Amino acid sequence: MLAGRNLRECLTSRPFNARETGISDLSFRRLAKLTVIFAVVLLAIAAQPAPKKSAAIQKERYLSPIEVAISPDGRLLYVVCQDSDEVRVVDAVSGEVTKSIPVGHIPRGVALSPDGSSLYVTNAWSDTISIIDTQALEVVRTLLTGPEPSGVVLDIQSNTLYVANRLSSDVSVIDLQTGEETKRLLAGRGSSYLTLSADGKQIFSTHIYPNPGTFRTEPNSEITVIDTASQTVVERKPLHNVAGVFHVALSADGNLGVAAQLKPKNLIPLAHVEHGWGFTDSLTLFGQDVGGLVQVPLDELDRYYAMPWAAAIAPDKSKIFLTTAGSQSVTVIDVARLLRTVRSRHKPFVNDLSASADYVSARISVGRNPHGIALSPDGQRLYVANRLDDTISVINTNTSKVSSTIDLGGPKNIDALRRGERLFYTADFAFQGQFGCSNCHIDSTIDGLQWDLEPDGFGRDIVDNRSLENLAGTEPFKWNGGNPDMPTECGPRTERFFFRSQSFTQQQLTDLVTFVYALPYRPNRYRSSSGDLTPAQERGKAIFERTKSKNGHPIPDTNQCAYCHSGPKYTNQKQIDVGSGKPTDRSPVIDVPQLSNVAYSAPYLHDGSARSLEEIWTVFNPKDTHGVTNDLTKDELNDLVEYLNTL
Amino acid sequence: MKTKPRNGPHPEQSRFSGGAKDLVSPAMKLILALAVLTLASLAPAQDMPMFRWENFTTTNGLPDNHVFCVLVDGKRIWAGTDNGLGLYENGAWKVFRPADGLAHQAVLSLALDPHTGDVWAGTMGGLSRMSAGRIDTFTQLNSGLSNDIVYGVGVQGDFVWTATAAGASRLNTRTGQWSLFNERNTPMYEIWTYAVSPAEDKVYYAVWGGGVLEYDQKTERWKDYNDPDGETEMVVMKDQGLIHEITTSVSYVEKILWVATYFGASRYDGRYWHNFLSKDSGLPSNFLNQIKAIDANRAWFSTDKGLAYYDGTNWAVYRPALDTHKPEMFVRDATGEVKKIPVQSAPAHNYILGVSFQGDDIWVATAKGLSHGIRQKDSLAIAKVFSTEKSKGKK
Repeated sequence: MLAGRNLRECLTSRPFNARETGISDLSFRRLAKLTVIFAVVLLAIAAQPAPKKSAAIQKERYLSPIEVAISPDGRLLYVVCQDSDEVRVVDAVSGEVTKSIPVGHIPRGVALSPDGSSLYVTNAWSDTISIIDTQALEVVRTLLTGPEPSGVVLDIQSNTLYVANRLSSDVSVIDLQTGEETKRLLAGRGSSYLTLSADGKQIFSTHIYPNPGTFRTEPNSEITVIDTASQTVVERKPLHNVAGVFHVALSADGNLGVAAQLKPKNLIPLAHVEHGWGFTDSLTLFGQDVGGLVQVPLDELDRYYAMPWAAAIAPDKSKIFLTTAGSQSVTVIDVARLLRTVRSRHKPFVNDLSASADYVSARISVGRNPHGIALSPDGQRLYVANRLDDTISVINTNTSKVSSTIDLGGPKNIDALRRGERLFYTADFAFQGQFGCSNCHIDSTIDGLQWDLEPDGFGRDIVDNRSLENLAGTEPFKWNGGNPDMPTECGPRTERFFFRSQSFTQQQLTDLVTFVYALPYRPNRYRSSSGDLTPAQERGKAIFERTKSKNGHPIPDTNQCAYCHSGPKYTNQKQIDVGSGKPTDRSPVIDVPQLSNVAYSAPYLHDGSARSLEEIWTVFNPKDTHGVTNDLTKDELNDLVEYLNTL
Repeated sequence: MKTKPRNGPHPEQSRFSGGAKDLVSPAMKLILALAVLTLASLAPAQDMPMFRWENFTTTNGLPDNHVFCVLVDGKRIWAGTDNGLGLYENGAWKVFRPADGLAHQAVLSLALDPHTGDVWAGTMGGLSRMSAGRIDTFTQLNSGLSNDIVYGVGVQGDFVWTATAAGASRLNTRTGQWSLFNERNTPMYEIWTYAVSPAEDKVYYAVWGGGVLEYDQKTERWKDYNDPDGETEMVVMKDQGLIHEITTSVSYVEKILWVATYFGASRYDGRYWHNFLSKDSGLPSNFLNQIKAIDANRAWFSTDKGLAYYDGTNWAVYRPALDTHKPEMFVRDATGEVKKIPVQSAPAHNYILGVSFQGDDIWVATAKGLSHGIRQKDSLAIAKVFSTEKSKGKK
């Protein structure tokens, strides 16, 4: 009120010294009015409530279908949706989604009981299995498994469940009556996929990382064969020079098995863009029909079909169907021609990329990042889960054409994360479609391999592949810290030295970087849910943080573990020489790597020469240049490792 | 059983009276009498196992004649030797050495995981796991194993226990966690652990020069057992405790602990000790490399002078004779009476390092080969051997 009265007086009364200033009364009044009006407007603006902060970006909840199972009568599809944590039930006839069943976090594998009454879904980040009653269409039971359960099969008597645990590289054997795990069977590293033979006598397990081996030797994998009667491993079929084995399919007569796999060329410099270059895609065949193990190529001389993932064999064994996740396609193989080729070629021919023309009968374009498949009981239709489209392609197996596409009802808006994910998982940007980011970063993790990347010089700077979890705040990138940020890491360098082909647009690069930065940590199974450390972990933490050696001498700052490996991601983002350089390295100075989830990213050091965390210090730290550890007892070193596993 | 001359017809004769006796000639009577005498002399031995021994050496495909340990795995036989791990299956040997991924060619101990079928091998250079043809090796450099010299290994549930030259280690096969046990966290005062026997609710360690250590699975506590005579070779307080500190092997079955030492053996039932010495038992020697119990009363003793079996009362020893190297077997009863049993075969050597059972058969690791003792159950086979030689206290 007072302000209003003064305002009125200002507007109406004469200025105290207007005559002396030379401003006329009229002009002054006009000026005063304008001033007041202006002031009022400002006050009015100031009085407005503060605008709301821009709303947090709502991440779209895509479905990301990864596996498909089909009911025994062929009428229902059960689609495991990885990113929406659910199983969607689809009427196979109408193509309508009839039900969504919530399960655990990041569901990954599925198995249906022989009578179709129960569906078993592994929840990779919950470490559980959801058991769904297919009549009630709800979860009726949840069982515990090992860490990161992936593939699952039920034995023929429906008494025992077998679950491949990716992080512990073994297979859990679970008694369904008690719900208890009775044993663990050693499988390949990163064991992920299981297939039951038609007669129920054997289970075949495959794995995504090569088995531990000697530094800079050919990677080796296996197909682990489990005998269901004794519930023991009875055979390991060796897969030479293979790293990354995905699904196995078996013929109904049990005489033919196929395993989808990658063959990396990581021991030679990544320089030659032809003749296999970085990766080739192939199958291992086994069984009576082929005698021993036979590897056959899937690629063509000038075109690759990246990331073979799921396989199915027609009931009459006439065809093999294979999704190639990086190439948006399904490959169809004529079995008779395949067997004829195998029997006529007496020497290994997996590197002969002209061979596939003898037996590949079709390449069918489907949606993005096709993963799991299921054949209808009559073999007439193949259902393909297009993980990054939220759709199911329905293929007529007689015509090898897509007859329809089922929309699973995912968000229609494709946001930056999704666009980036699509870029990450496609091989389209590489010359001849050879490989994409996910070839080396399988499921956004690692490949367990070391590479000789060409830009450093042939035979120089051998580098270990690294995890991509939660990278924001760990810049710079590359083992020598040469790439200051993610756009540099993923941009022109990748195009020039990896893909050697089509470059990303600026928008695409932005999307890709957005996706990579958004990759979250996997749950760390060494850390208790309460966050409390075990006594051994506590002791290890004390060692990690110590500033004096055992004889009381101060440890220089730059040689204290917690100095370099500091901050929320255990890197101070600096470059340092810790004495781990090799004669083949151009410089021994390396970027301090983050240690988050280090337990899951063996091998270690910049070149992967340390096969285990222990070897970082027992083998590669003779002069205490990578922390002071030579005064530790073996118990203390074990404690340190226990602590590191919790990071 | 001896017959005495009597007045009047012999009781046995009456059995043959009435026609039958007229059919029995004097010669037949003599043979029958001898048979009866032989059977009588063999009375204690009839309860003691008899074997026909088949021996394997490098000529048969065994990787090396110096066999440290043997493990029966169903129909498969694993032999840990000085130069490789042998697997005998379907009548043929397959050999694994470091080139195949084995930690070291000298394989000191073997253990079977009955749940998974995996075989664990303790070697001079680390611990190896054999699983359906794949070998994974753990060393003190690449894992949490305390020391590469793995003298003993045992499996119980998810845990693999090792006895190493620098204490005990335990691997949790589900989590990959290693736990170490040594003088810092157990009563162990000597860290040279030589053997381990995990069974039931306890885990026992033979600590060479340090007695026996017991780990209680429920309480997770350690307890030690030592020689009350201290570190001497005197046995002043017999049956008052462990016979000697230099222990080489432990076997825990039916809540009975059996201990082998270089100076005798001990049996402990949780309250009472009973010690065995060669001077007052059927042990052919006090120098024992291994002891393996069958149950609370019966055990096999691997000594430097033969393989011994104890059934709770009687003893039997199997070996090539120390002087002539000819097969010999003798039995000792509770009174101390020793009888020599004629046999046609014997283990490959008298220096016995270990045994493993395959049903009623026994496999024996010796310094000069691997022996398969095939159990003989035919009583006629026993009767065929003849010897009435009896020597009291003579071995």
